[in-house]
Amino acid sequence: MSEPLHTVALHTVYVPRDAAALSVGADETAAAIRAEATRRGIPLRIVRNGSRGMLWLETLVEVETPEGRVAYGPVMAEDVAGLFDAGFLEGADHALAHGLTEKIPYFARQERLTFARCGIIDPLSVEDYRLHGGFRGLERALAMTPAEIVTEVTDSGLRGRGGAGFPTGIKWNTVLNAQADQKYICCNADEGDSGTFADRMIMEGDPFCLIEGMTIAAIAVGATEGYIYIRSEYPHAVATMREAIRLAYDEKWLGDEIHGTGHRFHLDVRVGAGAYICGEETSMLESLEGKRGTVRAKPPLPALEGLFGKPTVVNNVLSLTSVPIILDRGADYYRDFGVGRSRGTLAFQLAGNIKHGGIVEKAFGVTLHELLYEFGGGTITGRPIRAVQAGGPLGAYLPPSLFDLPKDYEAFAAVEAMVGHGGIVVFDDSVDMARQARFAMEFCAAESCGKCTPCRIGAVRGVEVMDRIIAGEKVATNITLLNDLCEVMTDGSLCAMGGMTPIPVRSALKHFPEDFTRSPAAVAAE
Amino acid sequence: MNARSPWSEDRATAVIAANRHLRGALLPMLHALQEEFGCIDEEAIPLLARELNLSRADVHGVVSFYHEFRRSRPGRHTIKVCRAEACQSMNADGLIDHIRRRLKVDFHETTADDAFSLEPVFCLGNCALAPAVMVDETLHGRVSPARFDAITASTLATEAAR
Ligand SMILES: Cc1cc2nc3c(=O)[nH]c(=O)nc-3n(C[C@H](O)[C@H](O)[C@H](O)COP(=O)(O)O)c2cc1C
Ligand code: SF4
Ligand code: FES
Repeated sequence: MSEPLHTVALHTVYVPRDAAALSVGADETAAAIRAEATRRGIPLRIVRNGSRGMLWLETLVEVETPEGRVAYGPVMAEDVAGLFDAGFLEGADHALAHGLTEKIPYFARQERLTFARCGIIDPLSVEDYRLHGGFRGLERALAMTPAEIVTEVTDSGLRGRGGAGFPTGIKWNTVLNAQADQKYICCNADEGDSGTFADRMIMEGDPFCLIEGMTIAAIAVGATEGYIYIRSEYPHAVATMREAIRLAYDEKWLGDEIHGTGHRFHLDVRVGAGAYICGEETSMLESLEGKRGTVRAKPPLPALEGLFGKPTVVNNVLSLTSVPIILDRGADYYRDFGVGRSRGTLAFQLAGNIKHGGIVEKAFGVTLHELLYEFGGGTITGRPIRAVQAGGPLGAYLPPSLFDLPKDYEAFAAVEAMVGHGGIVVFDDSVDMARQARFAMEFCAAESCGKCTPCRIGAVRGVEVMDRIIAGEKVATNITLLNDLCEVMTDGSLCAMGGMTPIPVRSALKHFPEDFTRSPAAVAAE
Repeated sequence: MNARSPWSEDRATAVIAANRHLRGALLPMLHALQEEFGCIDEEAIPLLARELNLSRADVHGVVSFYHEFRRSRPGRHTIKVCRAEACQSMNADGLIDHIRRRLKVDFHETTADDAFSLEPVFCLGNCALAPAVMVDETLHGRVSPARFDAITASTLATEAAR
C-alpha cells in the first residue's frame, strides 16, 4: 500500500470464511473489497470471521465503526464498488445496509451462549479467542478436581446435543469412575442429519471452543487422548480444526503440560468417509479403529468399553462446545435458561424452504411457530408451510397444527417427534408426503450398516411398498403392510437407524393421509 | 480437480508408510491413497492388508462399506449433488434432472469425455442455502439450473479446449 498507515484510519472489514458464506461467493466478495480498496488507496484490514448464522444475508459484510459493527448483505462482488461509493466504510446507508449487526432482530432476539463468539472473532486467532472470554472455562477447570468439574456439568442440566439427549454429566461420571490405563474423548462431528449445520458452523467459526470443551472433558474424566471425527463432506471444517489444533499446541493449550500444569491432552482429527451410520456412536468408534462402521451391541457402554476397548466419552460437538461457558459462568447460569428438563439453549437450524434460514440459538421452550415465522419469515417460495421435519431424517414430519409445541425434549417425545440436533426442515404446500415417506425408507436402505435384518431388508421392502402405494395399487392393503413393516423395524432393530426410520414414515401417514390415498388417475393427472 | 496420478506401487507404499504411526490407520491410509490416485486401486488392497496385518477380505470390506471410497478412477472433476430433505424442499430433484440432461451423465457415472463424475450425497451442511452442490472441494449454495450452468461454464470451457 502506498500511504503510510499512521496517517489514515485503518478500516476493519469482516467477510466470513464459513463454508455457507463461501458457497454464495464470500471469497469473491473479499477479493473485490481488497481490489477496490487498493484501487482507491484506502488501507484496509479484512478479517475472515465465521458466520453470524443469518445465512440468507451471506455474504454478510461488516464494517467496524465507533458505534459497533454495521452489516451489509447479501454482498456480491459486483456490489462492492457501489458500497465504497456510498461510504460503507463509515457505516453509511445503502440498499444492502442493515444497521448495527447486533440490533438486527433475528440476531438481537437470540440467547447466544454456545455461539457467543461465532461470527464475531477471527476463528484462528488465539488472541481474539482470549479477548472474547476464551479459555476462562478451562482455566477454572485446571484449578478444580475432576469430580468438581463433573458435578458442575451435571448441575448445569446439559443433555447430549447429538440427538438422544442423554445427560452429559452422568456420562462423564461413568468414565471418571472407570478404572483404566487409558481413556479417550471422542467428539462426534459426523453431523449427517439433513437440515443441520451447527456443528460445522462452530467448528469453522470458533474451533478453539471445541478444543477447550474437549480439554475440560479430558481433565474431568482423566483422559489424555482425543479424536474429532469429522465427516468428509466438511473439508473446510476439517482444515479449520486441524489448523486450530496446531495453534493450540503452539500456545501450549494442548500437549504434555497444558499451561504449566501437570495435565496432558493430545488431540487429532479423523475424517469419515460418507457413511451416515458413522454418526451413531459405536459405529463411529469402529470407524475410528479403522473398521467398517457397523453398530456395536450395547452393553458394554462406550463409557466403559469404547475406543480400542477403553473408557471413552463420546459427545456431540455442541455438547462439548457448551462446556466452556458452563465452567466459566457456572452451572446455575446455564441451567437458568430453558424449561422443564430441557436446560440451557439449543442452536436451532432453520433450513430448506425458509426465507430467513440460519442458526437461532434460543433457550428451550421456544415454539416452532416462533422459529418458523418470527425468525424464519415463512417460506422463501412465499407459499404456505405445509410440513416441517424436525430432528433430522429420522425425525417426524409435523403439520401446522403442531407448530405451537414448545421445543422441549419431553414435549416433542409426547407427540412421537424429536428435537434431535435442532434441525428444522421446511416444506411448502407443493410437497408430496408419500414421496417423503418413500425417501425415508430409501435413505435407510442406502445407509443401513447391514447388521440386522429388520433394517437392512425392511427398508428395501419399505421402498417397494411405498412405490405400490404411490402407484395407487391396492392402497389399503399396502398401507396395512407398511404399518406392519414399521412395527417390525421399530421393535426389531438394533439401533435407531432402523428403529426410527418408521417415525418420518408414520408421521407422514398420520398427519397427511390424503397424500397416500390419491387414486392412480389423480396421480397420473399431475 | 481429482488426482490423476497413475498407479505406482512405490508411491502407494510411501503413502501408506506416512500414515503408519496412526492408530486405527486404515481410514487415513485409504483417504491418502484416494487423494493420490483418485481411487482405491485393486493393487493397493494387498499392500494395506500386509501393512496392517489384516486379510484382503477385511480391507475390501472396509473399502466397500464407505460411500466415499471409489474403486475406479473418477472424471477430472467430481460433482456432488445433495439429495437430502432440505435440498428436496427446494427442488433438488429438478436440479438433478437438469444436470443429468445437461452433462448427459447419471449418478455414479462419468461423462464420455472424462471431465465430470456425478455423485449423490446426503447433506453438505448447507441446508439453509439449498439446493447445494459441491464441485471438487468447492461448495455452492442456492444452485438453480442457471446457476449450475454458470458454475460449470468455465470448467466446461477449459475442458472443451483440451
Ligand atoms: C443413526 C444415528 C446417527 C447419528 N448421528 C449422529 C451425528 O451425526 N452426530 C452426533 O453427535 N450424534 C449422532 N447420533 C447420536 C450418537 O449415537 C450419540 O448419541 C451422540 O454422539 C452422543 O453425544 P451427546 O451425548 O453429546 O449427544 C446418531 C445416532 C444414530 C442412531
Ligand atoms: S438398525 Fe440398521 S443401522 Fe442400526 S444396527 Fe441394525 S442394520 Fe445397522
Ligand atoms: S440437505 Fe442438502 S445441504 Fe443439507
